[in-house]
Amino acid sequence: MERRTVFEGWLLPVLLVLPQLLLTGFFFLWPAGEAIWSSLIRADPFGLGSTFVGLENFSELFSDPLYVDSIIRTVIFCAAVSLLSMSVALLLAVFADRHIAGRAIYRTLLIWPYAVAPAVSAVLWLFILNPQVGLLGRWLNSRGIAWDYTINGGQAMLMVIVASAWKQVSYNFIFFLAGLQSIPRAVVEAARMDGAKGWHRFRTITFPLLSPTTFFLLVVNLVYAAFDTFGTIYALTHGGPGKDTETLVIKVYRDGVVNLDLGSSSAQSVVLMAGVIALTAIQFRFIGRRTSA
Amino acid sequence: MSQAIISAPIEHVVPRQRPDWLAHIVLAIGVLLFALPVWLVFAGSTQDSGAITRGELSLLPSLDLSAYPRVLLHGSMGTEPVWHMLLVSGGMALAIALGKIVISILSAYAVVFFRFPFRHAAFWLIFITLMLPVEVRIIPTYSVMANFGLINSFTGLTVPLIASATATLLFRQVFVAIPDELVEAARMDGAGPLRFLRDILIPVSAANIAALFVILFVYGWNQYLWPLLVATDPGLDTIVIGIVKMIGVETQTDWSSVMATAVLALLPPIVVVVLMQRWFVAGLTEGEK
Repeated sequence: MERRTVFEGWLLPVLLVLPQLLLTGFFFLWPAGEAIWSSLIRADPFGLGSTFVGLENFSELFSDPLYVDSIIRTVIFCAAVSLLSMSVALLLAVFADRHIAGRAIYRTLLIWPYAVAPAVSAVLWLFILNPQVGLLGRWLNSRGIAWDYTINGGQAMLMVIVASAWKQVSYNFIFFLAGLQSIPRAVVEAARMDGAKGWHRFRTITFPLLSPTTFFLLVVNLVYAAFDTFGTIYALTHGGPGKDTETLVIKVYRDGVVNLDLGSSSAQSVVLMAGVIALTAIQFRFIGRRTSA
Repeated sequence: MSQAIISAPIEHVVPRQRPDWLAHIVLAIGVLLFALPVWLVFAGSTQDSGAITRGELSLLPSLDLSAYPRVLLHGSMGTEPVWHMLLVSGGMALAIALGKIVISILSAYAVVFFRFPFRHAAFWLIFITLMLPVEVRIIPTYSVMANFGLINSFTGLTVPLIASATATLLFRQVFVAIPDELVEAARMDGAGPLRFLRDILIPVSAANIAALFVILFVYGWNQYLWPLLVATDPGLDTIVIGIVKMIGVETQTDWSSVMATAVLALLPPIVVVVLMQRWFVAGLTEGEK
């Protein structure tokens, strides 16, 4: 869409757009370019020079069972977090959309967790699930259920899924509620007249009409689970025990920053970029909506 | 749209029967699910660390709030004092939120209200940054930062996060919808481009700016990976970095201090969201049409 009326001149607009372009160039495009470049070369062991190796870093990456495991783990993690946080949010939104007393208060009380940092939600869940200190973790152990996420990989995965999904529910709730409110009342009323009851009405009328919101949220949640949960996972488990909660982002960080394997880490960065680009393209192609900040 | 979310006009008043108990029960469980972890941490902050270590953490708080002044002034287990971390976090969140808003308004204004060479190219360059979150360019961004000498500086902590495709897209959308008549009237009155921006465009987009401020403040406050990467100097520890450092201590953890710090880390962004809820909810879901 273009405006009909515009102002004259080109120097002023160029100056106005320059700060944004400089930041973009220095901190986005340059590093992205460097990631692509270093994913194609390999430094020799003595750090004296480097050789161009083409796609060798990538073929090595995908033939590395540890990397493939990490991909599978990330997919499971993302699916679980999205499903859990979206279904809880939808349930809450459906009931918050009803005409009940105190619904403004309910809404405020369901919206605030949006503000909780992923890393801080990890701290909150530590006090619930830690086997020595946590309320629930201790209780489980006292009932003879061996609960210790620092040694049991499955339990660790469960914990990071719960902590990550918990924090995302309010975001989904806000969007589901807005979606529900934009469904024309007349449609719902008509269904009611036809005698469609509760669950049946939801399944045949409300949920299909909500599908644009659901699809948009699915993409946003997958991106959230894949990238924004670094803080949650790193604070709780550091990717452990072993590699049991090592998602792709944790692996890039461990390989690059901790183990200083630059070639592999760069190739992993490029793979992740491709992933984000694909998700963003899907989002804009099919729904033309933006994600959060 | 924005009004509808806050207070949906009740067009067809359902005849009031008895209260909708099912809805109240489900929503109350939801509220508890969110509130309980925070309440537990608050309760723990008033309890004795030794007791918590022995596994005696309780949901009942005591009246002992001494952990708060203790962590605020002295930190815990060798960390910076928490007031300093709060200052760094607050400064970082404000710098990022305001910085993003200012440069995004300027660039969206330039793209929408002028015709200049490479206008579309500039817009697309900004747009693709949407696809490059910091998580996917960890190592190369670090090396670029090192080249600029920005490691361990407040500038390094904030400036690279200020570029924003999302905010630019949002303002572009708002500006495109401004009626041509408004622009023509302003020109007739002899307003130059900068006066038009200051006196008309910014006031009419005030609600969008407020909404974006909330979203970006929370985004800035909650950063973890970026400060972990570029600031190893404890003097630049944000509260989020600080709290994770505290739980990383394996032995002799001073739990009540950790929990008091967690409460202090939670409060500021929650207060911003709750106080500005009206604009925030509208702004988040607006432009999704």
